[in-house]
Amino acid sequence: MTQTQWILVCNTTDIPENGGGCVKVGDEQVAVFNFTRRGEWYATQNLCPHKQQMALSRGMIGSVGDACEPKVACPFHKKTFSLLTGECLSGDECAIKTYPIKVDEAGVWIGLN
Amino acid sequence: MLKPVVIVVGNGMVGYKFCEKLRAKSSEFEIIVFGEEPRRAYDRVHLSEYFAGKTAEDLSMSTAEWYAENDILLHLGDPIKEINRVEKTIHSQKGISLKYDFLIMATGSSAFVPDLPGVEKEGVFVYRTIEDLDLMKAWAAKSKSGAIMGGGLLGLEAAKALIDLGIQETHVVEFAPRLMPRQIDSAGSAILQSKLATFGLTVHLNKSTSCIAGEHKIESLKFNDDTELPLDMLVISAGIRPRDELAKLCGLEVGTRGGIAVNEQMQTSDPNIFAIGECALYDQMIYGLIAPGYEMAEVVANNLCNGNKQFNGFDMSTKLKLIGVDVASFGDAFITEPNCRTIIFEDTHKGIYKRINITNDGQQLLGGILIGDAEAYSMLLQTVNNKIVLPPNPEDLILGSRGGAAADGAGVMNLPDEALVCSCESVTKGDICSAVMDQDITTIDGMKKCTKAGTGCGGCIPMVKDIINGTLKENGKYIKNVICEHFDYSRQELLDLIRINKIKTYDQVLDTFGKGDGCESCKPPIASMLAGLWNEVILKQDTIQDSNDRYLANIQKGGTYSVVPRIPGGEITADKLIVIGQVAKEYNLYTKITGGQRIDLFGAHVMDLPAIWEKLIDAGFESGHAYGKSLRTVKSCVGSTWCRFGLHDSVSFAIEIENRYKGLRSPHKLKGGVSGCVRECAEAQAKDFGLIATEKGWNLYICGNGGSKPQHAQLLATDIDEATCIQYLDRFLMFYIKTADTLTRTATWLNKMDGGMSYLKNVIVNDSLGICESLEEEIAELITHYTCEWKEVVDNQNLKKKFNHFVNAPDEKDPSIKFEPLREQKQAAAW
Repeated sequence: MTQTQWILVCNTTDIPENGGGCVKVGDEQVAVFNFTRRGEWYATQNLCPHKQQMALSRGMIGSVGDACEPKVACPFHKKTFSLLTGECLSGDECAIKTYPIKVDEAGVWIGLN
Repeated sequence: MLKPVVIVVGNGMVGYKFCEKLRAKSSEFEIIVFGEEPRRAYDRVHLSEYFAGKTAEDLSMSTAEWYAENDILLHLGDPIKEINRVEKTIHSQKGISLKYDFLIMATGSSAFVPDLPGVEKEGVFVYRTIEDLDLMKAWAAKSKSGAIMGGGLLGLEAAKALIDLGIQETHVVEFAPRLMPRQIDSAGSAILQSKLATFGLTVHLNKSTSCIAGEHKIESLKFNDDTELPLDMLVISAGIRPRDELAKLCGLEVGTRGGIAVNEQMQTSDPNIFAIGECALYDQMIYGLIAPGYEMAEVVANNLCNGNKQFNGFDMSTKLKLIGVDVASFGDAFITEPNCRTIIFEDTHKGIYKRINITNDGQQLLGGILIGDAEAYSMLLQTVNNKIVLPPNPEDLILGSRGGAAADGAGVMNLPDEALVCSCESVTKGDICSAVMDQDITTIDGMKKCTKAGTGCGGCIPMVKDIINGTLKENGKYIKNVICEHFDYSRQELLDLIRINKIKTYDQVLDTFGKGDGCESCKPPIASMLAGLWNEVILKQDTIQDSNDRYLANIQKGGTYSVVPRIPGGEITADKLIVIGQVAKEYNLYTKITGGQRIDLFGAHVMDLPAIWEKLIDAGFESGHAYGKSLRTVKSCVGSTWCRFGLHDSVSFAIEIENRYKGLRSPHKLKGGVSGCVRECAEAQAKDFGLIATEKGWNLYICGNGGSKPQHAQLLATDIDEATCIQYLDRFLMFYIKTADTLTRTATWLNKMDGGMSYLKNVIVNDSLGICESLEEEIAELITHYTCEWKEVVDNQNLKKKFNHFVNAPDEKDPSIKFEPLREQKQAAAW
């Protein structure tokens, strides 16, 4: 089993409330979402797989369905992805990668395997 | 026990559909498919789209994984060469031998090539497979003129392909005295011919070809009347020939003119072998359309699963778009008086021909032809098939009800439940109604998934929509345009609630009136309402804005943004032009003049936006709001200041209007125009509001629209002075902002308004609702609150910080952004 390596990526105030921001982790671009309304944080790849655009962090977040599954919509063509599983919710087969994320006094941490 | 083995010979549209249908009914068969072509079954009906930019993959009927996922073994590029009916085995070209329990012949057809001297010459093609298309494409590159032999349905499709390939001079040569002789009559053919001429297609009728002349390659077509047509290429589309050679070889019964003979179960003379699609001959007839082919597939799939469905011939009614012209033929199109009464509408100006044949007693519709406008097709076909009693004035069926409100498709609810709505997938009205009632399907997408209606040719989609809405209405379900799943309110209701309760933030709106956590569908419209009601700087709640509003710029391919400074009325000084040039040069931006008389600067990195705007604002520019649902431009012609025809100063008036309404947030974008005389150089009648100078003042037009569904603006008031123009515009714009649904342009808003233009005129000009005073006050309030959003950012360090790509590396640009050179500038890299 590989150990999760936690990396401090930014301050909590760097990410707007109920929105996202992009952080650089090594060469990777990770979209970090501050879901203030739910008191939750999520992290996914920043690349929207639909047209290969580095844009998910600029997308709007929200929820879908009675279970209120958290999601993000790509600003380009509004493909939506689950923030929990990375699954595409717009009926396409492409999925995105999600990252473990935690927040403490030091700031926002992303987990890499 | 082993599963029975079903071998499908041929992987065309019908062969594919058979697999899909059989698999959907049962997993108790082993299905093996042999295809001659090197690729999976593709949509041959829309083959010409291959030249219009679609790829072979786009045309494919299924994904590459579909066969494996459905446990179907597919052999491509490997035709069956021999069938041994005694041992029930097949042998393929690549040497595969297999035993079958049931064999399905779906071998389709090939192009019929007449036995003419010279058909073997280079530059002569048939139009059937993607390979044929590739050959044509290669040859077309060096051809200036081309012809299609055959003016039938396929021939005209092929003619479209030649036009798309860029052949400058295109001809259609037909042996019969009219085009599409199986579908339309001579008068219809004449209208179609003149329509096609406008697309550059020359039609030659009554032409019998004697030979194809030329050395090695085609040089001309020679005709029996001693005329000659010089050509660089020829596509033969003179009909189809069923592929029955394999069937013949194994001794199955075939028709004298080709085709594998089948009974009502699509069974051939061997009970274990079936034939479907264009290779099958049922009752002395080959069915060369897709819908009957699918029906045959359904019959066999049903029978293999112990059903007893029968094929009893098929309605050959058809509706297509040929080279942009609607052509439809339904029921008995050719019956003539005295066996019926005929009603004909002919408009050679617009290129429209409509003919309906009705019974002598005027009670029923027998059939008809539609050219140029086939919107009524679905309803007319249903009227024939279901023997619906005609209205007292049957001409209304093709002319529409005149003088009153437009027909709204209410007639669909009178259809019986068994009326076949989607003939490609055999979906009846009853199927659609019960999907709405029992499964709560209320959208076209949902209906496609649930019933497959509309997934074939797509011609029935408008009718499916009408049936969904009609069913909801009949059952008392209020069809409300709620903005999304999180709010049970329309835009107008929500706007009133927000105003009355003085709510200022999105979260408050959601907590008070909604549920869940919101989404990309409700956030931007509510952001727009909040901005419209309270006119506060939208960056205060930036994460509920669409990306464009969040970054105050338009996101473009590749992730960069474009910058559009306001240039009111299109008037700009040399100094300001120089500044735009300098900024573009410094930040390496692609520049282009827009349709709205301003300049768009593309390719700006998000982190450069504040600096770019700082320079523009220093030079006196303001935000152009190209990113917002708000006023874009008021286009103007030069007017009386310079133009020798100009009646009034249209530029000054355009600038005044643009400055008055700049920054106004609305349900959709707003565009205006002001023309200095009736020549209308500013195209004011294509805008949401437009003014045209008259001798006595101005004519005010509203609710026009360019875009995908152009619509002319309608006259609201004539010969009014400038103050009255502004007053009416104030009332009009505020009324629109307050009552239109999200993302509804003014034209659509008017189209949906009960009472239409006369009602709207009454509200704005005669103050019939008594609201004009408050409309004027409200818009005045919004106007006084105007601020340039970019100036706010440039002056505020905290707002500026939001413009970076990496929050943890604010000085780094997104390394994935790539450009490609384009003429002397650049463009975004392809995606």
